[in-house]
Amino acid sequence: MEFTAILFYVFAILTIGSASIMVFSKNIVHSAFALMFTLIGVAAIYVLLYADFLAATQLLVYVGGILILILFGVMLTSQESAKLNFKTVTVNVVPASILSVTALVLLTYVFTTTQWASRNLETPQETVEILGTMLMSDYLLPFIIAGVLLLIAIIGSILMATRLNSKPTESN
Amino acid sequence: MIESYGNINPVLAVLIHALIPLTIILVYALVAIWGERKVAGFIQDRLGPHRVGGWHGWAQSIADLLKLIQKEDIVPKDASRFLFKFAPFMMFAASYAAFAVLPFSSWYIGSMIDIGVFYLIAITSVLTLSVIMAGWASNNKWSLLGGMRSAAQLVSYEVPTIATVLTVIVVSGSLNLMTVTEMQSGNDILGFLPNWFIFQNPFLIIAFGIFFISILVESHRVPFDLPESESELVAGYQTEYSGMRWAMFMLAEYADMLLLSLLGVTLFFGGWNSPFGSFMSGPAWGFFWFLLKGFMLVFVMMWIRWTLPRYRVDQLMHICWGILIPATFVNLILVALWEVVF
Repeated sequence: MEFTAILFYVFAILTIGSASIMVFSKNIVHSAFALMFTLIGVAAIYVLLYADFLAATQLLVYVGGILILILFGVMLTSQESAKLNFKTVTVNVVPASILSVTALVLLTYVFTTTQWASRNLETPQETVEILGTMLMSDYLLPFIIAGVLLLIAIIGSILMATRLNSKPTESN
Repeated sequence: MIESYGNINPVLAVLIHALIPLTIILVYALVAIWGERKVAGFIQDRLGPHRVGGWHGWAQSIADLLKLIQKEDIVPKDASRFLFKFAPFMMFAASYAAFAVLPFSSWYIGSMIDIGVFYLIAITSVLTLSVIMAGWASNNKWSLLGGMRSAAQLVSYEVPTIATVLTVIVVSGSLNLMTVTEMQSGNDILGFLPNWFIFQNPFLIIAFGIFFISILVESHRVPFDLPESESELVAGYQTEYSGMRWAMFMLAEYADMLLLSLLGVTLFFGGWNSPFGSFMSGPAWGFFWFLLKGFMLVFVMMWIRWTLPRYRVDQLMHICWGILIPATFVNLILVALWEVVF
């Protein structure tokens, strides 16, 4: 087996294993840390696919940003050392099994009927430069719209936070 | 890069290649911990460690290391065992992984990846996560408070750090730190000054000031060492750790200091370039200049530690969000304008 293939399987097992821990764990903080391993595994698979910029973005945005906010929120809000009463047993057996069997059948159908084309592509030498040029030319409008959307979200959250602080609470 | 190792086994070549920064970190950490105590001593008008090894107590760190290896590895009864044991190693792994994109000399860089400094910023954000992990897994209120403070600190410093790095990237036009360093070689400014970015553009001096404050916050150094502040939180996230696991935290902290100082050197002070043009330059001198400049910044960090008192959490937030972030963005526009005009 090739070295990259071994690496792929290692990271695939890491991703799937930690994802299942995340879903089945009863402790919400353990779930959050398992999510971290899942995200790192996915980032590693991006690297194996020569999408290094995407991998670094994944680390920066999801692991360094969103996951820390999730952990911060969980630790601030949960009591009793973060053990919540999750129901990890199946509740609605009939609808759940219908849905999952349908999903399984659909996925296997798509997987088996697709014509998987395997081509030898050239290894891209420079990824960021092409990406930057594309963002500033062909995809300029979506890029700017995304920026404006984020700006609106920031302004909105600041507005909500300052309103909450300036209003005197009724209990006082 | 790997090809230059000749015809030895490629896996072995990769290992040797990856071990060079590790060797530097380990030797540096031993010297820096002793150095920090000596600096502290001289600043406070005392001698510092003076007995082990003879000359100015040079063997103090080695003796401390031997002591730490022998210590019992204590895990608290109600701690979350796996996360508690894993956190120190993850912290060191994150800061060691970031060394891969630093050009130590014109001959040595861990990986010539295109995204360079962006990867470095991304991987160091994992560091904070390991502090939170250690803080939560210890099952101790001081530790948890330290972890929470670390998370609050991350959201404060990350924006000014990235924005000041961006100002340099605007000037250099490349994310690869090797290219950034190569752009700074030569002595052309005013006839004698080296072509380092800090001399190229007056607004980059302001950018370096902001960058230095942000890396002090990022590496949890006084005056921003809130996650571990001994006087209020015992030792923050390190409270429950002992022996080698605690030593890993110290190693990671010193590695992080060196990493961020070396990043500052690469971005603003010409990386491995000699300050005297072609005099004393070359691959081996590259290592020397790069590490010397890095150690100078580390020394400034130690100097600040023993000079300034600690800020409060809300003051830190105010400094980062209220002062540094607006200043960085105004400065970014000014740098870009200067580049367009001149």
